[in-house]
Order: sequence, then C-alpha cells, then structure tokens
Amino acid sequence: MTDDLKPHELIANIQPRPPQTGWMNTPAVIRKGMFCYASNPKSVEILKLPNARGWNPLEEDWKLPKNWKEIVFEGLRQRLDRFRTFKLFMDICVRCGACADKCHFFIGTGDPKNMPVLRAELLRSVYRKDFTAAGKIFGTLAGARELTLDVLKEWWYYFFQCTECRRCSVFCPYGIDTAEITIMAREIFNLLGLNIDWIATPIANCYRTGNHLGIQPHAFKDMIDFFIDDIEEKIGIRVEPNINKKGADILFITPSGDVFADPGTYTAMGYLVLFHYLKEKYGLDVTWSTYASEGGNFGFFTSHETMKRLNAKMYAEAKRLGVKWILGGECGHMWRVIHQYMGTMNGPADFLEEPVSPITGTKFDNAKSTKMVHIAEFTADLIKHGKLDLDPSRNDNLIVTFHDSCNTSRGMGLLEEPRYVIKNVCKNFYEMPSNTIREQTFCCGSGSGLNAGENMDLRMIGGFPRANAVKYVHEKHGVNMLACICAIDRAVLPVSMDYWVPGVNVTGIHEMVANALNLPGQPKRTKNLRGEPLPGMEGDDE
Amino acid sequence: MKLEKLMKERNADLINAWFTSLIETYPANTSAFLKNQKDPFANPVGNAFRQGFKVIIDQIVEGIDHQSAVSALDPIVRIRAVQGFLPSQAVSFVFSIKKIIRQIFSKEIRENHLEDELTTIEMRIDELSLIAFNIYMECREKVFQLKANEVRDRTFKALRRAGLVCDLEQVESDLTEHN
Repeated sequence: MTDDLKPHELIANIQPRPPQTGWMNTPAVIRKGMFCYASNPKSVEILKLPNARGWNPLEEDWKLPKNWKEIVFEGLRQRLDRFRTFKLFMDICVRCGACADKCHFFIGTGDPKNMPVLRAELLRSVYRKDFTAAGKIFGTLAGARELTLDVLKEWWYYFFQCTECRRCSVFCPYGIDTAEITIMAREIFNLLGLNIDWIATPIANCYRTGNHLGIQPHAFKDMIDFFIDDIEEKIGIRVEPNINKKGADILFITPSGDVFADPGTYTAMGYLVLFHYLKEKYGLDVTWSTYASEGGNFGFFTSHETMKRLNAKMYAEAKRLGVKWILGGECGHMWRVIHQYMGTMNGPADFLEEPVSPITGTKFDNAKSTKMVHIAEFTADLIKHGKLDLDPSRNDNLIVTFHDSCNTSRGMGLLEEPRYVIKNVCKNFYEMPSNTIREQTFCCGSGSGLNAGENMDLRMIGGFPRANAVKYVHEKHGVNMLACICAIDRAVLPVSMDYWVPGVNVTGIHEMVANALNLPGQPKRTKNLRGEPLPGMEGDDE
Repeated sequence: MKLEKLMKERNADLINAWFTSLIETYPANTSAFLKNQKDPFANPVGNAFRQGFKVIIDQIVEGIDHQSAVSALDPIVRIRAVQGFLPSQAVSFVFSIKKIIRQIFSKEIRENHLEDELTTIEMRIDELSLIAFNIYMECREKVFQLKANEVRDRTFKALRRAGLVCDLEQVESDLTEHN
C-alpha cells in the first residue's frame, strides 16, 4: 500500500490497472504486511553469521557489504557445485507452467511472481546470465538478466513469500523441488546478512538454550510441572514424567512451541498423559530432555550448516542419556530435517538401536537409519494392537477434519497414521476435498519461519486456500475442530480460522488421544484437557 | 419495473461483465487463472467472486436485504482486504457495476426513459458500497486485532505460566473487556 496520496493520485488509483510491463521490467514493491522484519544484528552475531547489522527492508539503503555482488556469485557458484539438485533445477525447467497455479501464495495474492515457476525464474534468470553460454551471449532473449540491487530486493521479497511447502513440486513433471531453490536463495541472503528476525532470533536462542523460545532448563521443568498440576486439576490423575533420565527406554523430543503456546499446550499435556498410561500399564520409560528441548529447527530456513548445528543436540542427548531410540512429537519441518537430513548430517547414530516398540514388538523399518519415530506412527501402532483403552465418546462434542502438514505429508509420506489415530479417538471425522489434502495439502500459509506478526496480511492471504477448504466442511458437515500434527499449524491456524472460518478450533491429535484414554485408577472424568465439560457433563460442576 | 426485468433477463451477462472488470485489477496471467480455473478449491478467489456476484446482482435487482448482502459481499471483501489494495481499490468493484449496467442497457434506458428506475438501482448499489466499506474496516480491524492478540498471548501467557507475574488473570480480563 502507498501512504500519503494526493487526492488526484487517489482517484487515479481507485480503478487499478496492473503494470503492463513484462516481469523482468516490473520491479518489486515491498509492501507493509507482506514481509518480516530484518534480523536483529545481535542474533546474527551470536551465530557468527556474516554481515550482522541493523537494516530496514523499507529503506533504500540495505547497508550491504560493498562486494555484495561478488558474494552472491560466489555463493551461487559454490552451491551449484555442491548441490547436484540445485544445478539440475536451474537447468531443466521448461517453463511448462504445471506448477504456476498450485502455490497458495499465488492463488491468494494473485501476484504472478508467486507462481513457483516465476519465483524460481527470478533466480534462474541471473544464473543464465552468468553461468550459461546462451545467457552470456543472447542475454534477455535467452531469459537472462543482470544482477542488480532491484533484483536482489525482488529475490528477498519473494523468497520470503515461499513457505517451502513443496506443493508445486507434486505437479512438476520433472520433479523440480522449488523449495530447494528457495532454500538456496535464503542461504545466499544469509551470506549478505539479510535474514528475517523471526528466524534469526529463534535460531540464536536455540543455539544457546536448545529451543527456539530461549527457555532455560529450569524454566522448561517449571512448564512441565505446571502441566502436571493442570492435568491433575482437569482429569484427576497426577502424572510423573521423567526429565533428563539416564537409562530411560526412549528419549522424547517435541517442538518447544507446544510447551508455551495454546492450543499446542494441550497436545503437550496429551503426550504426558499417554506416557503416564504406558508407564503404568506396560512399564515404558520415556524421558523428556531440557537440553534437546526443541524438535523444530529454524536453522533449516537459514543454511544447511545452521540446521546441522541446531540438530546435533538430538543425537548428543540420546547418547548422553543412553536411551534405545528417539520418539518425536507432532511437528512439521522438524520431520523433514529428521527424515531427509539427520541420518547422514549428524549420524550415523550407531549407538542407538533400530526402533522397535517395546509394547507391540513392531519394528519401525522406516526409522532404521535415523532411529527416530514419529509419535503418530507409534500411537497408531499401539491402537492397532489394542494396547490403548479408549473411550472416543469423550470427544463426541468434536466434529473433526484433518489438515495434512506439508512436511509430514509431502516430506515423509505420513498420511494414514494420523487419520487412523483420529478415527479411533473420535467418532465424527470428515475429510476436506481431495485436492486440498494428503500430498496435495495446502500450506497453513505461515510455515518456514514466516509465522511472525508483522506479515499478517501475507499469512492471511497465503492461508486462504487451506481455510477455504475448512470452510467448506464447516458449512457442509458442521466441522468445529481442525486437527493437525504440526506445532506451527497449531500456532497459526487458530489465527487463520479466526479471520476466515470463525467457529473452528485447532487441536493436535494427542490432545484427543488423552481425552479418550481411560487411565488406570482414574476418578470420574468430567472435563477435557482444556477444562471444558465433557459431552453429557455440561451441568456437572465437578 | 422494466429495467429490473431487463436485468433479470441478462443476469448472466451482468455477472460475467462484472467478474471480468474485477479480475482485470489483477495482472494478465492472474486474471486468466481466476477466470479459467473452475474448481472452487483450486481457485477459491475466483470462485468467491463469482458466487458472491450471483447473489449481489439479485439484491441489486430485487432490493437489498441487509443480511444477505453482507453474506454475499463478505467473502469478496475479506479477500480484497488482505491483497494489499488501497481501501478505495479494495471496494471499488461495487461501483463498477453502475458503469456496466449503463453500458449494457444504454439503448433501452434512453429509448424507454428508464432514468428513474436507473436511479433506484444505483441507490441500491450505493447502499452496497457502504456495506462493503463496513466489511472492509471490520477485516482490517480484525487483522490488527490478530496481531495484537498474538503479541499479548506470547508475552502475558508465557509470563503467567512461568509464574513471573501475579494477578494476571485480572489484567487479562480487563484487556478483554476493553477489546
């Protein structure tokens, strides 16, 4: 939006006509509400990443290092040599357009530079100019262009309007993963000190305290203690979780967001209730860690090296505690890091056992390399073997739909397990339309570190395709609960629902599991984990 | 009324022309997508515009029912409110139907002296524009409220849970009341 228009300018603008120039000749206009604030230089310094300084995306001067072009070209060259995929993705796109209308940001904003093909072309055009013979000779005729300050700013604006959700890649006949192009672009920004603060400060926190929120070990334990009291007040059972317990069977790691923000806190309580049940019934010893206190990894949105530095604590803590294997909570990008990178990046974790459920004997072959199992899979296996005593009627007030998180669905193929769990813990479940779920799921609109407050317009419009499908099942089936297995989803979807589909709440699946679970020695259950009366108990004050 | 009858007969033309004028406010590639992709989940923006216009045209012809007008305009304005348009641009589509009606029925209006009827129709459109403005403001206020809530939730709730403040529930309920 433009401020301070004169009356005649305002009238001229009332019937807007978009620019008729080609995309190369239409510079990006950086608009408030669509971008995230620049990183705090202190956070950049803590990580010892280059070119820490204060700067403002709305100002003309971004205070770039004098040799910024050289840094970009060298950064590109190194990455083209290092990552075969990146080189391939730069060369093989035939601009068929299959991906063009599949991005939630394009569908929502209507900005053509949010078409995945064009977003990639922003970078590819510079690659052509300086790294291909045709581009060097034929220039714009070959789709090549010079790297200028405007081009750099355009990159920054649009590569922070991509949530790396990979929906576009599902439709690409060549399998080009546009998320990887965004990942490379963001690596280059970090060489220039051009990160956003919503990513830079959490990673600086995580590097020092083990979690994005900067919770120190004693405060983390305080939070768990708070949950213990809360659970006792609501369901009458005092759970006794292990924290940093050496020799436990399993180490549990989950996103710290669930420890501090509603409604994720109810999911965290759900884990505590489930582990209590498994300890009482089957003697399973699960421990939390105040050091590996973060499953998420915003380093993934910064550089491969930063991702590796933040991820290293998982195996280190598993080794220190001497557990058999690692169980991971409901999170999205955490699982892409674990599934796609961790085994080779910080492994091999040959000090851990290949994960086998001590209760059912199921061998989790897919986690053979990483030694880390997703809790949706673990719980689905328990239910499948009849190991959980469930009363789904406690969730009768819920009419549920399921949002597939981008990274767990497209990044690791976890499609059936969460649905199996949901269908066993509640009776009312309705799917959203088929082109908005499973591999084709729409992003929440705030992933990959874009869940800040200052870019709320972008978050709302990017989240619209997902919300539109929720609205459909809300109106058709009365859906009032949106279930998901991602902590960022749990943080951002309530906001999106508030704007687009009021009347729909958000939950993790283990909150519903805990509400349905019959615990040994439990008193009469009257409330759910949110403190709301259970169905049929509305008049009961107990 | 004669003009109303004419408008009913050419309902589809009106909707199409109005839809076209709205999608022309987007770049060419985008407007082609908004027009051609018919799946309501693959193209929720284009679908919201079309569905809304169907109801609104009926309102213009038959008279405004406030609640129905709000329900039909809300999905369109709610989208435009977060697409980075100026406030005037976001709601200007309501006015453009005036020009479309005058263009499509110019001959009939002139020959049959339908100016009085046209005035009635245009007053309904003016009313719709005011409703659209209300919705736009509500959406923008909502966006800022959501931002404010996030900041409040992050700080107040975290501090309370960490046991670092007392009497916070009272502070929170005061804040909620003031909201």
